Order: sequence, then C-alpha cells, then structure tokens
Amino acid sequence: MDAATVEYVARLSRVDLSRQELELFSGQLSDILDYIAQLNTLDTTGVEPLAQAVEVVNALREDNPADSLTVEDAVANAPEHVGRFYRVPAVLE
Amino acid sequence: MPVTDYDIVIGLEAHAHLLTRTKMFCSCRTTFGAEANSQTCPVCIGMPGVLPVINRKALMLALRSAVAFKCEIPATMRFDRKNYYYPDLPKNYQISQNYTPLGVKGFVEIETSKGRKKIGLDNIHLEEDAGKLLHPEGSGAVYSQVDLNRAGTPLLEIVTRPDMSDLDEVEAYMETLRRTLEALEISDCKMQEGSLRFEASVSLKPLGAAELGNRVEVKNLNSVRAVLNALAYEIDRQAAALDARERIDRETRLWNEELSRTERMRSKEEAQDYRYFPEPDLGPIVVLDEWLQEISASLQELPNERKWRFEDEYALPSYDAGVLTQKRAIADYFEAAVAAGRAEVSDPARLAKVVSNWVMGQVLKELNDRKVEITDFPVTPERLAGLVTLIESGKISNTIAQQLLPIMIETGEDAGRIAEQRGMLQVSDTAEIEKLMDEVLAANPKPVADYRSGKKAVFGFLVGQAMRQTKGKANPQVVAEILTKKLEN
Repeated sequence: MDAATVEYVARLSRVDLSRQELELFSGQLSDILDYIAQLNTLDTTGVEPLAQAVEVVNALREDNPADSLTVEDAVANAPEHVGRFYRVPAVLE
Repeated sequence: MPVTDYDIVIGLEAHAHLLTRTKMFCSCRTTFGAEANSQTCPVCIGMPGVLPVINRKALMLALRSAVAFKCEIPATMRFDRKNYYYPDLPKNYQISQNYTPLGVKGFVEIETSKGRKKIGLDNIHLEEDAGKLLHPEGSGAVYSQVDLNRAGTPLLEIVTRPDMSDLDEVEAYMETLRRTLEALEISDCKMQEGSLRFEASVSLKPLGAAELGNRVEVKNLNSVRAVLNALAYEIDRQAAALDARERIDRETRLWNEELSRTERMRSKEEAQDYRYFPEPDLGPIVVLDEWLQEISASLQELPNERKWRFEDEYALPSYDAGVLTQKRAIADYFEAAVAAGRAEVSDPARLAKVVSNWVMGQVLKELNDRKVEITDFPVTPERLAGLVTLIESGKISNTIAQQLLPIMIETGEDAGRIAEQRGMLQVSDTAEIEKLMDEVLAANPKPVADYRSGKKAVFGFLVGQAMRQTKGKANPQVVAEILTKKLEN
C-alpha cells in the first residue's frame, strides 16, 4: 500500500496525517493487508459472502412510536449547540 | 445547431417519505414541523453501541411500490452502508440498499400529447433520510444549525432509466409518480414539506448518435417547476457548449432559483467514493410469499390505468377521464353513479357522459364551496343517478336539475321526491302547455303582431316569456313547437 493510497483513505476518513505518519502507516497497513490476504489462498468456490456472523432473518419492529430524548439530553454530547440546535461550521452548499 | 438537432436524454431520481408514524430504524416519530430536535434518540443520532431495527410498515410500503411498478423483487435483500461526511448525517453513513435494491426493472407508464410511454425504472430501494441544515439569516454567519428530527425518516428512492426525451415526459412522469404514490397511500408526496423530492440527470447527443454524452446531475430542485426550469436551462447550456465544440464535464450542478441557472457544485468536484459495504447491524430480509400475495390482493388499480379504463369502458374524453380519476374517491363516486343509472338509461355512453358532466361540474363545485369530502356528500351516487335519470327521461329540465341539486344537499332527499313535492316536474302535457301559451300570446299582443308581420327575431323573447310563465318547468322543445304552431296560424 503506497503513501498516496493511505493519504486518500485518510482524507476520506477526515484524518490528518503527517508525512512521517503516512510513511509509517503505509508500511503497517501493508503488513495488515498481507496478513489478511492469506485468506485468499482458501478455495471459497460456492460459498456465499457473509455479512453477519449471526444470521437473524426478518427482524422487524411494528410502526409504534416511543418516547424520544429530550432536546437537552440530545444536544448534551455535542461539541457545540445553540438553543435547540446543534451548531456546526457554516455549510455553504 | 439549435436544440432540436440533439437527442435529449433525461433520468430522474425521486425520494419519497413513506407514510409511517415512526422512523426507519427506531421508534421516534416522524411528525412534520415538530420542534427542532424533539424527535431523536440514540439510534437516529448515531450514538455508539445502538442497534437499528427495521420498521415493518416501511418495508411493506416500499414492497407495495415495487409491486405497483411491476419490479422484480429479490428473494433476499440486505441493507448497506453508504459512507460520507456531512453535518446532517450524524452516523457518517446512510443505511441504504446498494447491492440488493428492493425492486429492479419496473416501469411507470405515462401519457403525454404524443401518447403513452413506459418509463423504465432502474431500481427502487429503501433508505433513511438525513437531518436538516439551517443557515441563520444575516451576513457573515459563521455557523449552521442542525435539526436531526428528519434523520432516519423512511425514504423510498425511485431511480428511472434515462428514458425521458423531453420536458413533457418529465412533467408527466413526476405527476404520474406523485398521483400513484398518493393513491396507494405510500407517501403523502408533499413537495413543499420535502416528502417528495427530485434530482435529475441530463445529457445531449447529436440526433441519432449512438454514444451518450456526459451526463450532468442537477440538484436543489424544490418543486415541479424548478425541475422543469433547471432542465430547460441545462439543455440550452449543454447545446450551446456542444455547438462551440466544448466538452461537457460529468458533474453535479445546483439549481439557483434566484438567478434561474445551474451552477457547478464545488464540494462534488472530486469523484465520490461511498465505500459501500453490507450493514453489519441488520440481518437479511427474506421476502415472504405471503407478503407479496397480501400486497397484490390489496393493490388497487393505478390512477393512470383507471383513467385509461374510463376512456375505454365509458367512452369518455381523455379530459373527463383525467379529472374523474384525479382522486380515487371521486372516481369511485362516478362509477357508482353510472352503475346506479344503468337500469334506467339505455345508452351507456350517454349516461356516462352526463354523469361525468355533473360530477366534474356541479358536484365538484358544491364540494369545493361547502368544503366537504365526496365520501361525506349528502347526494349519494345513487341519488345523483336518480337526478340524471329524471333529466334523461324528460321529467325535469337541466335548469330545474341545477336548482334541485342544492335542495338535495340541504334536505338529503332524493330528486324525484323533491321535484314532485315542489311541483318542479317538467310539463310535457301538450294541452296544459297550449293553455299557458294562449295566455302568453294574449299578454303580449305587440310582439305577436311583430312576429306575424315578419320580425321573426321576437320569437326568442316569446319563448322566454313562455318559460317564465311555466317557471322553467315546461319542456322547452314542446314550448317552441306549440308556440311556432300558434304563431304561424
């Protein structure tokens, strides 16, 4: 995994990495991917991809309302809020 | 080259809020207009460690749309995460269906002045809405406010194939989709409340060229008008660019309502990479046969299908069929009235047209004036059929019928009874009319003399006098005949 790929993934994840970190993580991520890649040596012909370890089928709930959080509780964990609203940097588009 | 030298290729994406009481994956309410951030919980604001659970009603409504639009429905479906960062998306991903959409390959059949056309659907899928960003008024605002009430609202996305080739088709598609989703009670489709929204993509290619041009997506379309205006602008813009041998970039543009133009969306200049993967917190849905059977059994005729049946079955003009099928209850009322009138009126096409005229005219007007729903209208379809039967059998005139309807509404009585009690039945008895005509002629010696000396124009005046004398109850044809006979003698 080259530094450019790590930089791209970091940008998608909104993580700021220094030059040194990019180099360091390129190596580490490559090691991790190589390790996981051993799984590719297994023959998985005819095996469905697995999305969940526990397959619970058709877990549905009825359309009945329940109490929501109070506004105070809802915004309590936000870094910033104004009155009833969460406050975020200005969004133009 | 003028725009007519290009083939226009348009596709639409519609987002519709489903008619549920609660959100897609949690039990918060979805009431529109509630106080900001009063309808949220740890699930829909993306707290760690929470477990989403699928709303059965939302799933059934979405399946209903897939059946209605004749989609292929997969035996097993899953949800996927679509990852992106935006302040209105608290989890930093939207739960959607990317790999196994709930329906594929259906169609919506539309009608324009050029005839009927099937607009293919690429897919229909189920997802959740994001929150709402508000921008405080005033210059130099350095922050935006977020209301997460809408976050997690069940959302149906309907994606067409690029099958539309002019704005008439686009308009017909939007209208047909809205009417259908409303009629099937899948969504209330209130565009002003954002419960139905559209995004468009459009490309141009020289007439007959095989290869499609680069498509441009247009967003920020808040009304049907905005969609049509934005597309008209974008078609002209692309044609001018192609004429000048410029390249059309594949990009996303925003409709600027104020300036009536589309503008490049800066935040989308870099290709989006949503890194879709299966949602690990939700198990698969295995679509049960009994669900589909129940949906098919309860699915009524689609509004357009009903309109076309009205044209065929009742020989109604396209306009009438369109007005009558605008609302399901109105169409039901019309059909019930025609059915009730069948025994008495022999010409079925005539019966249908007369009933149609009454429903489209007086009935809709009275409903509107009195602010009543047709299901609560005191004049039942059977009573309206009774009124029409009286007209068709010549027992009352149209003028009298117009007077009768309000009385029927006030009293709840049937037309025949009121007409009889109030002496409104039409007089076709020649002897009685002859007697009345003699009185009219005697009372108007000058016009009579004028007529006989060749001023035939006074005939209308004399008929008017005669009708007044009979208080509108005389059969006008019989009146005219008798009057002519008496004057010519």
